[in-house]
Amino acid sequence: MSLPGQLSVLFPLASGLGASSPLAAVLPASDSALERLPLTLRGLLTGWLPASWQWLANSLIAIVVLIVAFASLFALLTLAERKILGRVQNRPGPNRAPLPFLNLRTYGLAQPVADGVKMLTKEDIVPDGADRVLHFLAPIALLAFSILTLAVIPYGRLLVALDLDASVLFFFAAGAATELAVFMAGWASRNKYSLLAAMRALAQLISYELPLLLSVVPVVLMAGSLSTSVIVERQGEWWLGFLPRWYVFTPWGLAGFLVFFVASLAESNRSPFDLPEAESELIAGHLTEYSGFKYALFFMAEYFGMCALCGMAVTLFLGGWQAPLPFLSFIPSYLWFAGKLLALLGVFMWIRASFPRLRIDQLTRLAWKFLVPLALINLGTTAFWSLTADWAGLLQPLRWLIAAGLIAGPFLLLGRNLSKGLGPRTYRYAA
Amino acid sequence: MLGTGLLQGLAVTAKNLVGSFHDPERYVTMEYPEVKTKLPENYRNFPFLVHDDPKDPLGSLRCVACTICETECPPQCIYIVMDRDEKGKALKRPKVFDIDISVCMSCQICVEVCPFDAIKMDQHYEIAETNRFQGLLLSREQLSKSNAYYHQLHPTEAAAVDALLAEQKAKQAAAKAAKAAPAAKPPAPAAPAANPPPPPAPSAEAPKPPTPPAP
Ligand code: SF4
Ligand code: SF4
Repeated sequence: MSLPGQLSVLFPLASGLGASSPLAAVLPASDSALERLPLTLRGLLTGWLPASWQWLANSLIAIVVLIVAFASLFALLTLAERKILGRVQNRPGPNRAPLPFLNLRTYGLAQPVADGVKMLTKEDIVPDGADRVLHFLAPIALLAFSILTLAVIPYGRLLVALDLDASVLFFFAAGAATELAVFMAGWASRNKYSLLAAMRALAQLISYELPLLLSVVPVVLMAGSLSTSVIVERQGEWWLGFLPRWYVFTPWGLAGFLVFFVASLAESNRSPFDLPEAESELIAGHLTEYSGFKYALFFMAEYFGMCALCGMAVTLFLGGWQAPLPFLSFIPSYLWFAGKLLALLGVFMWIRASFPRLRIDQLTRLAWKFLVPLALINLGTTAFWSLTADWAGLLQPLRWLIAAGLIAGPFLLLGRNLSKGLGPRTYRYAA
Repeated sequence: MLGTGLLQGLAVTAKNLVGSFHDPERYVTMEYPEVKTKLPENYRNFPFLVHDDPKDPLGSLRCVACTICETECPPQCIYIVMDRDEKGKALKRPKVFDIDISVCMSCQICVEVCPFDAIKMDQHYEIAETNRFQGLLLSREQLSKSNAYYHQLHPTEAAAVDALLAEQKAKQAAAKAAKAAPAAKPPAPAAPAANPPPPPAPSAEAPKPPTPPAP
């Protein structure tokens, strides 16, 4: 531990919980220069500082890099989303915004800049009689909490801004705090629509918090740790020497991943669960009274939350920064993480392009009658899986079979129960 | 089973997403200012005047300023002044021919009633203007477009019109020849019907045309 005594007094939490500080850890000698590039760069930047300052400087660099990286990812994601939505609807999407002064269109790459300028120049309206302080603080709080969740995700080997022992807990604690900001926004607007929408948003967010957390418990159970770095390490081995041992490739992991994925769609207010701000039906719900850059901040926070949840899904189930096949590990770990993250974000957009919005009763029914029981049963399956870890030989297929049955059976039963009485729609007058 | 419908939906959108990149059947967007759709032949918006000689667009207008269209136009958006020489003799061409396209309702009645096939419907739709009075009042100079342009817009219709005009010209030439041979013989009584340069009454007030339409 290179943390000096002074700093560990100042930051007892960080030094106390920091299991393996990234600074102290030594990279395996086998790593390529590319793999070590981020740490080498950081070393060049802060290496000359006295040891007592290095920790602080490194943390600051991590914060700046994270915010810059995700802010630019946000800009690109908004464009990518609109492009993908456009293509799905057989139109080109935004492709006109030219580069300033050059008049080069570059397939609409400058669109985020144009959007930003538009947002910045819009009038910032605060309703008469609104709670000005809260109204101002809500987007900031939302953004701050979303950024906090980004801190504990391991972006690559030893690339984690805040390596806590209980980082999974930290992640969900910070993520749940965003609900506070949502209600702040609704309350401070002094608008009954906003308030009701915020309450409905809370109902949704809290409903889905439960399956989200329950689907993570099996991972913690199997990895035996709440630390994201450890969880990723545990998924780094190979079956038969070449098949990745990611958790998603086990019966309980697959079920957990699906529940986590659906719940994170709802948690990040994404379609088809975007009821809190259903643009076409409500007037953006709790965001009704927000305009200009504050509105943009809300959107930024939504995308940050989406990235964080996708990153967490990658970390917990998809092997984090591990390469999918042994001979592919020459590609640096952070690139693997980025690839998986982008793929998952792409699926988010694909889903947004495909499904219509749920009704509020359908939404809560899905959470309470389907996802929560499924996640609870999955807990039992995981217990079975961990108890039978020493089964070998012929018992191994049997173990798979039982576990798969334990997943598929409840899924079919619950699914039938959920869709009871709902047949394919018949239309009386339309052809 | 729960979820199969979702997968079907995802398949549909994925097909669209991929298809829009290589399948022109799916990707139907026209990027407007650069690419324009081909208008159907019968599309029409506002009238224009046909001239025959591109070198002399105003001198070779087919219009003889008979003012039938002016009278017939339901919203009264045509304004015509006959050109006259110093002695006050009508020159059978318009001095002023204005159409106020802010009033015109694209009914094509002016085209139907014109006995000389001098006015036809245009297809030019990018007509935004910054001045809603002068900008939308099209003058003779702006309205005059060549016969080739007319062929471009409405090929079938233009071909029919050309054939008709040629026929009339031939008939007229024949009539002239007949008139020249037996000098005293007057032209055939029915011949003046629909002549390209018919000699209407010299005064522009009540120009009873050769083929008067329903009043
Ligand atoms: S009816 Fe035809 S010839 Fe007569 S004024 Fe109108 S356009 Fe000219
Ligand atoms: S199209 Fe109709 S409204 Fe327009 S000028 Fe001709 S007669 Fe008048």
